[in-house]
Amino acid sequence: MDLFVFVCAAIMVLVGALGVVLRSNPVHAALSMILTLFGVAVLFVAREANFLAAVQVIVYAGAIVVLFLFVIMLLGVDRAEDLRAEPLGNIQRPLALVLGVGMFAVLAGAIVRSRESLRFRGEGVDTATLEDADGNIRQIARSIFGDYVVAFELTSVLLIVAVVGTVVLARRRKSERTPS
Amino acid sequence: MFAAETLTGPSIPWFTLSPLLALLIGACVLMLGGSLLPQWPRGLYGIVTALSAATSIVLCFFLWDNLSDGRPETIIGDALAFDHFAVLGTISICVAVLLASLTTSDYLVREGEDGPELFVLYLSAAIGGIVMVAAQDLIVLFLGLETLSLALYVLAASNRRREESQEAGLKYFILGGFSSAFFLYGIALIYGATKHTNLGRIMETLSSQQAFPRNDVLLLAGVGLLLVGLAFKVAAVPFQVWTPDVYQGAPTPVTSFMASAGKTAAFAALLRVSVTALESRVDDWRPVVWVLAVLSLVVGSVLAVTQTNVKRMLAYSSISHAGFILLGVEAASHTGSASAADGIASAMTYLLLYTVLVIGTFTIVGLVAGRGDSASNLTDFRGLGRRRPALALALTVFLLAQAGMPLTSGFVAKFGVIRAAVETSSYAIAIIAMLASVIGAFLYLRIMVSAWMEDAEGQDAAPPVPFLSGLAVTAAVAFTLVVGIVPGWLLDATRQVITLAGR
Repeated sequence: MDLFVFVCAAIMVLVGALGVVLRSNPVHAALSMILTLFGVAVLFVAREANFLAAVQVIVYAGAIVVLFLFVIMLLGVDRAEDLRAEPLGNIQRPLALVLGVGMFAVLAGAIVRSRESLRFRGEGVDTATLEDADGNIRQIARSIFGDYVVAFELTSVLLIVAVVGTVVLARRRKSERTPS
Repeated sequence: MFAAETLTGPSIPWFTLSPLLALLIGACVLMLGGSLLPQWPRGLYGIVTALSAATSIVLCFFLWDNLSDGRPETIIGDALAFDHFAVLGTISICVAVLLASLTTSDYLVREGEDGPELFVLYLSAAIGGIVMVAAQDLIVLFLGLETLSLALYVLAASNRRREESQEAGLKYFILGGFSSAFFLYGIALIYGATKHTNLGRIMETLSSQQAFPRNDVLLLAGVGLLLVGLAFKVAAVPFQVWTPDVYQGAPTPVTSFMASAGKTAAFAALLRVSVTALESRVDDWRPVVWVLAVLSLVVGSVLAVTQTNVKRMLAYSSISHAGFILLGVEAASHTGSASAADGIASAMTYLLLYTVLVIGTFTIVGLVAGRGDSASNLTDFRGLGRRRPALALALTVFLLAQAGMPLTSGFVAKFGVIRAAVETSSYAIAIIAMLASVIGAFLYLRIMVSAWMEDAEGQDAAPPVPFLSGLAVTAAVAFTLVVGIVPGWLLDATRQVITLAGR
């Protein structure tokens, strides 16, 4: 059962991720992203992290992708980008292919080979059990406001940087409005 | 329904965090004051930034003193380290903010703009950098890295009128995002192999030989990916391809900040991760660092010579400087040798000295390049010695120091890392470093020859030197010469950085 759920979710995640990259229509790409995020949510449920799964669906699939869609709609869906121009040199594409496949092979090999050693070490991270319905939330609170409070607070600085950066890059300055 | 339960978080030593808080307060004042109040008088944004960086430096000196009495420790649930290493890194980054904010102020005047945004980004980038320097947990390290990088991407693209700046920002963003992915995947694999993200606990897990297999593939792959991410940030060959374009395209004060604070933070993180968490795996990562160092030294020096744009030349020279600092990291990996700790101390000293040097150099390049950073070719430096002798003299001091001439801080820096390499018996790399520094000297001489010995054709306008930039350059020259002539006090102080927290 575990394996079945995992395989289904993994297929969802991968198909969605490929869709984001391969679809030429930006709306379809954004919708493919929802598929990926749902797949991750399923994986969270499978690990009994129900709260995270709910947040994943509400925040990422709900809010953020809708925001993406808003932006795409505002910019105009029909204004397709012309991707036919070849920006890369002759050798770059095959080289990227070779390196990409090589990288994948190395990582896949590493993960497959380490399976045995992991089985011996892994007594597993403690998950909230089903009997304790809000144990999940309590654990997250302990992590966020306990061990990882620095990381949590630092995220706020990161978000401020993102906001200020957007303002810097998107704001129209006076000097630009009246070209001299 | 709700079980009453109180959560006791980790205790927070506020004074230890005060340098970070000083920068954060500065950023908040600029953001709130800048948006609520009408336009501030010219230059005030930069001065507020410089003041908060200066406050931070002063607080660092107090912390340094406190540390000399007590022991290094990890704070706030082992998330951050509090040791001389972190304090010295913080000082380097704050010096970068201080000098860069002074020169940025003049840059904005030159471009006919004004506003607090760039300064807020400097301060938040510095916060990210300081967190990286002190991070004792891979997740915290990643967040610091992202805060620093995100701010730098925007800073690189901040000149909206120049296409080169936009292009630099975009290139840096895409490649940087790619390298962050590598870094994050590396963290995931290391977590998978050791079940920890905390550096101290990773070290404990790895050093218990029976429990942990010697050649764990997952761990090795994770360490490899982590090194890729950090090597990209320090611009080591073969992860350097973004550097020339971004350094050339970004506004010159931003370039100086990128080359100083960005390098310091990434190198400090590299040192802390490799020396603390991967202490028992030095044999695995030493060859990687060795190759990175040699390639950076050779490629950086050789390609620098063929350039005609001074910002591009300095970008390649910064790659070769990264090679020199990697020499120190390599020396630190010889944990069996008594001089391994010298590697840490010399690399951190190098970073502090290089920060001052590179900002001084780029400031002068920016002054010569003028409005829109348009005149940064080698030919634009012709006759600088006649037009602005003082500026040319300062440039000469910085370039000689970058070349590693005795009686300048550059010599102290290079001598430190090469000596550490020799004392840990890494003779080959030490010889390569010395050869690279000879090749590099040719590059710096080319700029000097252009400034002093060639005459300008129809370029009689002397570049104006505004007060704040002049102040920054004067301070940087003074520091370069003082450290070069009497280096003892600095070396004595930096010798203390070798005891890392949690080791």
